[in-house]
Amino acid sequence: MNNLKNRVGIVLGCLLILVWCLLPVVWIISLSFKSQAAITNGSPGFIPADGAGAGWQNYQDVLADDQFRRAIFNSIGISLIATVLSVILATLAAYAIARLEFKGKKFVLTTALAIAMFPVVSLVSPLFDMWRTFGIYDTWIGLILPYMSFTLPLAIWTLSAFFREIPWEMEQAAQVDGATSWQAFRKVIVPLAAPGVFTAAILTFFFAWNDFVFGISLTSTENARPIPAALSFFVGADPFNRPASLLAAGAVVATIPIIIIVLFFQRKIVAGLTSGAVKG
Amino acid sequence: MSTATQTAAKPAKQRAVPPDSDRSRAENSLGRKLVAPALVLMLLVTAFPMLRALYLSLFDYSLTAPDDREFVGLSNYLTALSDSLFWRTTANTVMIMVVTVAIELVIGFAFAMVMHRVIFARGVIRTSILIPYGIITVVSGFAWQFAFSNTNGFVNGWLPFLGDDFNWFAEYSSSMIAIMASEIWKTTPFMSLLLLAGLAQVSEDMLEAAKVDGATWWQRLWKVVLPNMRAAIMVAVLFRALDAYRIFDNIFVMTAGANGTESISFLTYRQTVEQFQLGIGSALSVLLFLSVLVIAFLIVKLFKVDLASARQEG
Repeated sequence: MNNLKNRVGIVLGCLLILVWCLLPVVWIISLSFKSQAAITNGSPGFIPADGAGAGWQNYQDVLADDQFRRAIFNSIGISLIATVLSVILATLAAYAIARLEFKGKKFVLTTALAIAMFPVVSLVSPLFDMWRTFGIYDTWIGLILPYMSFTLPLAIWTLSAFFREIPWEMEQAAQVDGATSWQAFRKVIVPLAAPGVFTAAILTFFFAWNDFVFGISLTSTENARPIPAALSFFVGADPFNRPASLLAAGAVVATIPIIIIVLFFQRKIVAGLTSGAVKG
Repeated sequence: MSTATQTAAKPAKQRAVPPDSDRSRAENSLGRKLVAPALVLMLLVTAFPMLRALYLSLFDYSLTAPDDREFVGLSNYLTALSDSLFWRTTANTVMIMVVTVAIELVIGFAFAMVMHRVIFARGVIRTSILIPYGIITVVSGFAWQFAFSNTNGFVNGWLPFLGDDFNWFAEYSSSMIAIMASEIWKTTPFMSLLLLAGLAQVSEDMLEAAKVDGATWWQRLWKVVLPNMRAAIMVAVLFRALDAYRIFDNIFVMTAGANGTESISFLTYRQTVEQFQLGIGSALSVLLFLSVLVIAFLIVKLFKVDLASARQEG
């Protein structure tokens, strides 16, 4: 009896979680199929009403838009470069933190913790000024640098948590068994470390893809403007009269990479997010 | 995001190396070389600009008239602190922080309990819970803004006590509800994952023992589960609170600060990027930074969060 009640409770709880997580996503997809004319006239309701559907028209329009295409290109390029560079630097630092004794380790950890809590907007004004002076305002590098420094703390923590779990003695064991040191590293250590590096890369990519504050304040043209900023500037001044369905289509396109990554790597992401939360 | 997890646990044989040997000196220097690039980059984009903001905040400096830059001492701070706008946005931000974190804690905990017990479809649940976490905040803001819209949304239609033409974005309190709905939706999953990790630490044996001793479900929750996951709760609260205090994206997208819904981050942004007032903008940046420090300090002191020990336990 009690057992049955528990089970029903858990099933209901699961349904609730699914509705909570997916309802707004289904909604924005549904909205992206409302026609632009219907939006202008007003077309309330969760599902497009009869005659208010647009088929794939909004997607065609949004993908035909040069600024939007350029923004996707910027976002992919900037996020990937920032991710690769950040993970390389974080791997070096995390290896040192997990494996070596050195002075200043505590300082690195404290700095990383402080930066993770840093109010990013307070950097807008000085970076705006500095980037103009250095001539990297509105360029890819101008966004890659802040993305790297804000993802490094997370990447360093995640990686050092993973690296501490690696049985490093196995490297020596392989060498004793006759492997060269390169073979021992490549065949033993790399496969063990790769999942951690990969997880750190996903989390870093999420941050860069998601960022809005730097995206709007350190860019001024389509030269470097990433997707979130491009979406918010899609219509300009009047925030209450946006072409909702067109924006929804753009939003869905911008969300596809995230969904793909989540679908394939959910287990790794959860491990990365909670590794070291407490007792990891 | 999670707390740091570094630990001092080292293989015993490395510990045995006497201090100041060649080997420990070499290790020291290699360690520093390996962390240097990451450390330099982190400081270059944060500490250095923050010092620059501190310097600029002492000037009357507008980008529209850069040659008229003039040293004015602390007058920018006095202007900001004596302006009711500063206090109103701060109060707004604190309210958003307290309300969203409280609601997220309750819902996030409920979700964590369900996920902890669930035995089927774990992958599906995990995948869907990560979607709000991964989705772009701007997209979440749009989704909710359009959902609450009285011309094209569905919320009015679903809420029986509201007229179909109720305009959520016409006044302060309903606008804030919409903003907080988006914020809570997007960040509750992160909270629940951190709490789930904490739940996993609670020993099943202890729960069984309490059950045998006749403790009710409610008693077990309050006397066994919650005290044992204190560290996880505190870390989740600390991170989410500081994150909520930085709220910017949702407000920018959903109301653009209309009807007094500005947050302190939004005010700082507006002064700098839209009005080119670098002097006062820098002063606001410094104040924002200081208030985050104060909040972090208060939470750590008030709840006695021991970050160092949370880290060592990794």
